Amino acid sequence: MTRSTTATDGRPALRRARRDLWRAVCDRDEHAARQAVFTCLDTGTGAEAVLLDVIAAVQRKVGTEWAADRFTVAQEHAATAIHDRVIAAMAHHVPPPEPRPGAGTVTVACVDGEWHALPARILNEVLRHRGYGTEFLGAQVPTPHLIAHLHQTAPDALALSSSIATRLPDAHTAITAAQAIGVPVLAGGGAFGADGRYARLLGADAWAPDARAAAAVLDARLPRPRTGAVRQTLEDLPHLADQEYTLVWRSKRQLVKNTLGGLETRLPAMRAYSEEQRERTAEDVAHIVDFLAAALYTDDAGLFTGFLTWTGDILQARGVPARVLDPGLALLGEELKDFPRAADFLARGRATLDDRSATPPSPTPSLDT
Amino acid sequence: MSSVGASWMRAPYPALVVDAAGAVVEANTRAAVLFPRATRGAWLEDVAPRWLTEAHRRAVADGTDSLGHVGGEHGEWSLEAYPTTGSDGHVVWWLVDDTDRLLAERALRSEQERTAFLADASSRLLASLNTERCMEVTVELAAEYLADAAVLVAPATGKRHPLATGTGGRVTHHSLRIDPAMVPGLAEALQGFPPVPSRWIDPAALPGWAVPEGFAGPVGSVVVTPLPGHGVSAGALILLRRSDQAVFDASEEVFARVFAARAGAALSAARLYGEQTGITATLMAELLPPALRQVHGVEFAGGYRASKDSERVGGDFYDVHPGAGTDQETLAVLGDVCGKGLEAAVLTGKIRNTLHALLPLAGDHGHLLRLLNGALLTSRHTRFATLVLASVRRRGSATHLRLTSAGHPAPLIVRNDGTVELADTSGTLIGALPEVRSSTTHLTLRPGETCLLYTDGVTEAHGGPLGDTMFGESRLRAALAECAGMPAEAVVERVQMLVSQWLDDNRHDDIAVMAITAARTAHLTAVDGHTAGRYTA
Repeated sequence: MTRSTTATDGRPALRRARRDLWRAVCDRDEHAARQAVFTCLDTGTGAEAVLLDVIAAVQRKVGTEWAADRFTVAQEHAATAIHDRVIAAMAHHVPPPEPRPGAGTVTVACVDGEWHALPARILNEVLRHRGYGTEFLGAQVPTPHLIAHLHQTAPDALALSSSIATRLPDAHTAITAAQAIGVPVLAGGGAFGADGRYARLLGADAWAPDARAAAAVLDARLPRPRTGAVRQTLEDLPHLADQEYTLVWRSKRQLVKNTLGGLETRLPAMRAYSEEQRERTAEDVAHIVDFLAAALYTDDAGLFTGFLTWTGDILQARGVPARVLDPGLALLGEELKDFPRAADFLARGRATLDDRSATPPSPTPSLDT
Repeated sequence: MSSVGASWMRAPYPALVVDAAGAVVEANTRAAVLFPRATRGAWLEDVAPRWLTEAHRRAVADGTDSLGHVGGEHGEWSLEAYPTTGSDGHVVWWLVDDTDRLLAERALRSEQERTAFLADASSRLLASLNTERCMEVTVELAAEYLADAAVLVAPATGKRHPLATGTGGRVTHHSLRIDPAMVPGLAEALQGFPPVPSRWIDPAALPGWAVPEGFAGPVGSVVVTPLPGHGVSAGALILLRRSDQAVFDASEEVFARVFAARAGAALSAARLYGEQTGITATLMAELLPPALRQVHGVEFAGGYRASKDSERVGGDFYDVHPGAGTDQETLAVLGDVCGKGLEAAVLTGKIRNTLHALLPLAGDHGHLLRLLNGALLTSRHTRFATLVLASVRRRGSATHLRLTSAGHPAPLIVRNDGTVELADTSGTLIGALPEVRSSTTHLTLRPGETCLLYTDGVTEAHGGPLGDTMFGESRLRAALAECAGMPAEAVVERVQMLVSQWLDDNRHDDIAVMAITAARTAHLTAVDGHTAGRYTA
């Protein structure tokens, strides 16, 4: 679900490999997937191009197809698993070089709670092929593990990946903790914003929109941050002093419960919901509260309205009008009327939904554009 | 003046009378000590400092006492001067010697700077538990605040000494075979003897390695100070100053030692942490869940999450023992020891080892469980365990499983059409009763079908959008129904992800999941690469 602005490379060998890999992934044919990638490598395409312009490109299409409801969650997982295995097989087929002396060492990890490990894994492979000494810690690395690891290995940089904005508070903890022990942090992934604004906000040493840019940042060497006391949250984000984030986060369950109760009173149709339907609705409300909390954390209404726009697209693709979200937002607004920032974000969220009912959904990019 | 007379002359404070033109009229005894040439008729500007002469000019022009006092230095003194203007245009300058106060202020400022430096140094030194990084910070700080360059010599590891050298903001690491006796005081410092005074060290006699690359100019003075560790030396610090800089004075040498004590403590803690992590990693390696892979046409994938995020092991475990050949069964086991944390993990290690030893007897699960039960009953542990055994063998497109549960949740089978079945096996837990019973079930997986082994950490996960609901078996079944035809890793990832999202930030038990999936692909390329194409779906 990571969106990237990287232009897709149009060379014929890459186009063919993308087409074959896409077909293999749709058929869940691991062997054919491997064949598509190996053929491309054997006809002279470099490992980096195969990783980024074939595998990552197809994985992006998987995300797009899921968003457009043309791929199930199971298909998405299967595709990711196949890509994972193909990348593992690639390492045997075209082994990365031994780390170049003096090239630097990088630890690549996903933020706590982040399950999308593939972008980080691809970056890890790209860096290995460029001669870096890397360590890949995988998906959802609890911050205490991450920091213990950094103490032991003291790499030249930490590449931290996160795709979902709700993980930003965890990312912040990881960033400040790593910097306090003298490890600079390069942030990447959809969570940090298309322009890296949240990476800057949370004090990351650098941000990169894709693996090539990340490698370029690391090639230029990140200066080591001064070791010392861990920077306090309020130093980066003084607006958190109003406690809105803390209170919304802590009363999340109660908010969901109250909103669900309110919906049942207002929407008679909901009373006929099955237990499972009720649970789905509760999950949707919980999701909205998660993003509202993230918006309060970053003090960015755009994070919240952006999430609603995206959710609106997802719903629309499944034949559900985006305005179903409105009653929930209205109820949350009543619950949180004493919280100026939260109330403002919710009002803007409702306005965004209002606007979109007038405009058609954004077109989905295709693989070969 | 005569009216004031002799008492004025003997006043305890210096006083100086100067006329409007700037000539000295009279100086009392104290003033004469300060200004020996201030005799009657001498020009003030010839005998007194400039700041006083200028203040006098202003006082005369002003004509009143409103000017207030001025202050400045005169030779080794620091003076304050208060003017009083007489009717005859004379100005009497009353002087107060505040040299002591100035010295005290200077000492205070330098002490404040040192305290601030030490506070900053401490927080920077203590932040990292990595030995190399800690050496780096020590050298950086020393070369920036105490000297022009610094060299940290760590105790030898083997025959080499790790060295960190720094000057001009750059620190480099080396590992060198050096003779500490080449630098006077270094061998002593490394052994923890009291430091050798700086003046005993001849800068010209320093060996090349003791002067960092990029050090500008000849070495003027050297201090060697020990880095006292916890019980043992943490190394020694060599401080160098260029010949154009002041040599180290006694108070600076003392201060260097104060800094070195802090650096030594930090280095010692980092070294201890490094050693402990090394030991932990070695011991932990046996307890960590193993990395799983495809074996003879069957995919195995596992996922593990300890109850505490700061831990990596717990009371859940899994293992896969590959069959010796393609016609041999592979034994997979997943289980749960009563309890959490390291103690439980140690017992999982014992169970895993015992099972490994009992592998030749895996043909009869009931027999194997009885032996394991006996072994657990006689061990000093009082804990019990539940587990599932799965013996797996693929023949062509059919993957045969023998499954036995010993007091453990029965595995779930995910068929290609999305139906989810409960494996029909049950038995008593092991390690508690002298006798154990169990029933084994046989079943077959088609390519793409999965058998999921899991611990109750999955089903008993408390959370959900309202925060108070158990995940439960029916949600797990519903999730698995969507996993039909997925590779083993994807099934495990899906289950782990759903449970994690369900839990959110709630407390939870250890969680272990293992998927056994008949590989879908027609041409199976096992990791060893020898079995490609052997199995066809």
